[in-house]
Amino acid sequence: MTALNINGKRTTVEAEPETPLLWVLRGELRLVGTKYGCGKALCGACTVHLDGQPIRSCVTPLSVAQGHDITTIEGVQGPEIDALRRAWTEIDVVQCGYCQSGQLMSACALLKKTPQPSDADIDSAMNGNICRCGTYPRIRAAIHRAAVP
Amino acid sequence: MPNLKRRHLVLGTIGAVGALVVGWSALPARQRLIPSGPLPIAPGQAALNGWVKVSVDNTVTLVMSQSEMGQGVHTALAMLLADEMEADLVQVRLEQSGDDPIYNNLTAVVDSLPFQPEDHGVVKRATRHMVGKLLREIPGLNGTGGSSSVNDQWLALRKAGASARLLLIAAAADTWSVPAAECSAEAGRVLHASGRSASFGELALRAAQLTLPTDVALKDPSRFKLIGRPVRRIDNAAKLNGTATFGIDALPPDLLYASVTMCPTLGGKVARFDAAAALKLSGVRKVVSFDPVGAGLAGVGSTSGGVAVIADTPYHAIRAIEKVTVEWDHGPAAAVSSRDVAAGLAQALDSQPGKAHFETGDLAAALKSAARTIDAEYRVPMLAHATMEPMNCTVQFKDGAATLWAATQAPGSARAAVAKALGIKAEKVTLIVPYLGGGFGRRYFTDFLEQAAVVARLADGAPVQLLWSREQDMTHDFYRPIVVSRHRAGLDSQGRLVAWQSTGAGPSMGLPGLLQAALLIGAYDTGYAFPNARIAYHVSESPLPAGIWRSVAHSQNAFFTESFIDEVAAAAAQDPVAFRTTLLTGDPRMTHVLLRAAELSGWGQPLAPAPDGARKARGIGLHRAFGSVVAQVAEVSIGEARQIRVHRVICVLDCGFPVNPNLIRQQVEGGLIYGLSAALHGEITVDKGQVQQTNFHDYAPVRMRECPAIQTDIIASSEHPQGVGEVGTPPIAPAVANAVFALTGQRLRSLPLTLA
Repeated sequence: MTALNINGKRTTVEAEPETPLLWVLRGELRLVGTKYGCGKALCGACTVHLDGQPIRSCVTPLSVAQGHDITTIEGVQGPEIDALRRAWTEIDVVQCGYCQSGQLMSACALLKKTPQPSDADIDSAMNGNICRCGTYPRIRAAIHRAAVP
Repeated sequence: MPNLKRRHLVLGTIGAVGALVVGWSALPARQRLIPSGPLPIAPGQAALNGWVKVSVDNTVTLVMSQSEMGQGVHTALAMLLADEMEADLVQVRLEQSGDDPIYNNLTAVVDSLPFQPEDHGVVKRATRHMVGKLLREIPGLNGTGGSSSVNDQWLALRKAGASARLLLIAAAADTWSVPAAECSAEAGRVLHASGRSASFGELALRAAQLTLPTDVALKDPSRFKLIGRPVRRIDNAAKLNGTATFGIDALPPDLLYASVTMCPTLGGKVARFDAAAALKLSGVRKVVSFDPVGAGLAGVGSTSGGVAVIADTPYHAIRAIEKVTVEWDHGPAAAVSSRDVAAGLAQALDSQPGKAHFETGDLAAALKSAARTIDAEYRVPMLAHATMEPMNCTVQFKDGAATLWAATQAPGSARAAVAKALGIKAEKVTLIVPYLGGGFGRRYFTDFLEQAAVVARLADGAPVQLLWSREQDMTHDFYRPIVVSRHRAGLDSQGRLVAWQSTGAGPSMGLPGLLQAALLIGAYDTGYAFPNARIAYHVSESPLPAGIWRSVAHSQNAFFTESFIDEVAAAAAQDPVAFRTTLLTGDPRMTHVLLRAAELSGWGQPLAPAPDGARKARGIGLHRAFGSVVAQVAEVSIGEARQIRVHRVICVLDCGFPVNPNLIRQQVEGGLIYGLSAALHGEITVDKGQVQQTNFHDYAPVRMRECPAIQTDIIASSEHPQGVGEVGTPPIAPAVANAVFALTGQRLRSLPLTLA
């Protein structure tokens, strides 16, 4: 049994310590807002926060997550995510939506660190998140809009 | 204008034979308001017609046949219903439709018959009428594809909304004993001049007792409240908080998970396997094998057979599948490489004239008398769809019936294919279509659904979620095929185009004989008035699986045609935009889009250099597809590593009446970026029958840093709405290639675009 802090709650899970966090979230914990895209940290669909930092849960073993605060799309809170969700809605960013949990978690971590990001900051923070629907121009615009104080 | 004529008239013959069934054919096609059987009803709910139910809790349920894969169709179709019904969009809920023929999407089929858009002749009209009428009788043709959903349901849903509104008004008039003419509907309520009002929910049960009016007047566009406005998507909230349910998110109780390994050689199968090591691992229930599954109607070839591990958790399945040893029967593709296929196609074109599907004038004479001729060979590689959500399906097979959670573009085919795989009747398959994490044509195929059903049948009644890894998904697709195309143009001494010839070579995609003309969409229906022309295709099959990919043959034919037009313009020493306008003499719509794009992009004016000082140039691509016309002007520079950089793209689109400009812009942007990934990076190669790319490191889509700014202009139009979901994809590759030529003088004739 491994103890985890997920979305502010202490939970214990049965999964073996080597299990990637993604599959613990999606399987045992049924938190399916976090998505599987590539399994190799190439696409960002599985992005969650570990102590506020964006990580790829598909390559993060449960043993590494243990003892840290894990936040998923279902539990993320604060002025940054509120502003991002508002901007995402106003600009109509989403299309299929499959990658958007990961996009939002990456964008949220960016705004927490850099409240007024430049285009170059957005490139760096968001380049690891693939979207096959091509929502990138709207994601960029929405991050800028959410960053307006 | 001279119009490319179909050389053979077999399609017309189909129409003519059909026309012999005189009495039946003279009648209009079957109505779409009332299904052949009653809709399922929840307590407190009333069905007002085949598309809309109203509940006493005041929700309006739209019966939805179309799959939401990002294109915004749920929002657009809900707008059509709500506007005519005078419902509030927030009270509209969606419910998966069944396979009744009223939901058949016939626009996708009828519009893909190979006729010229300019053709208004009797053969075309009779054929379209007969094909549409015949297919209206067959249940389950309810696919989402061909950029056709709004086009197809534009009238059906508006009539459904209008007739429901009239029923609710009649119910209110009955209740209040007033003339219906004194009542009106607004925002989900019926109002009377006296000030009385009732919600749709209060009137629903009474309305359902009344006779449905079938001859209803639709709104004049000036009275639209939602249609034509940039209404926000109805799926935003769920897709921003993790609650939106995709195929992969099905969570029935006691769910088991399956992971698969398929024969790496395309179409191969399992000879034998050893599961002993896998079965020793914790959480593993069963290890089973499955056979290859064919492409069905959307392509050719089959998905490989393989082995599945059924386990208690996703990770237990993933971990165990690696421990299964399999001996493969590689099959006929084992000797095939993509390089050989491309070389074979080019070689075939040395001796094969191809089958001429469209011809006009006297090409031979025109080429002979031309002052000069220009020849070029173009190529495109295989492409994977690479949806963000890998292929998956959840199936529960219990007591002779199946429940299927399937992110599919083709619900009718899905139900039928799974029923067949399980040996049960289609009525025994309950299908739930969640959101699709991308489709792009891949989810028109049912291979992964049949595979999941065959595996779940062995799970003793438990539901099984079968998920392909990204690697399995990338290496077991129905790929956009390799096509080689040869082009020849003749110019007279004044630089006017007098001859145009193109001959493509590639697989038939399963299309018989004359229907192979569909492989030339985007080549024969360009809108250019070629005075003497021959448009041909040579079929050369290969064992490589191939299928429909966003914008289908437009994706390659736009690259060929729009690049070669640019080559010819350069040979004639003419401006690319001006040269195109001389060929568009009969098509004011295309001319308008082209000139608008030129104007908005500042065509012909100097361009500021890139931030690093590199010179920029513009290139243009113009294309007509799915009833819409789109032009794109790309601003391009070359980076230090000789990489092609696209800074900005101006898009102009005429898609008929713009139902939701916001969704349309999204689709144009998205389609363009999808096409740009293919233009700059996309290439699937095959060696010894095995796909060599496995994940996003070697099949690289455009990412944020590389993505251009996109500005989209939508032409005002009152015409019937046309396709939007795929039209942004075809023109971007030639627009970028043409810009590269303007910048460097290098003509890039194969994708992905790579500078020498």
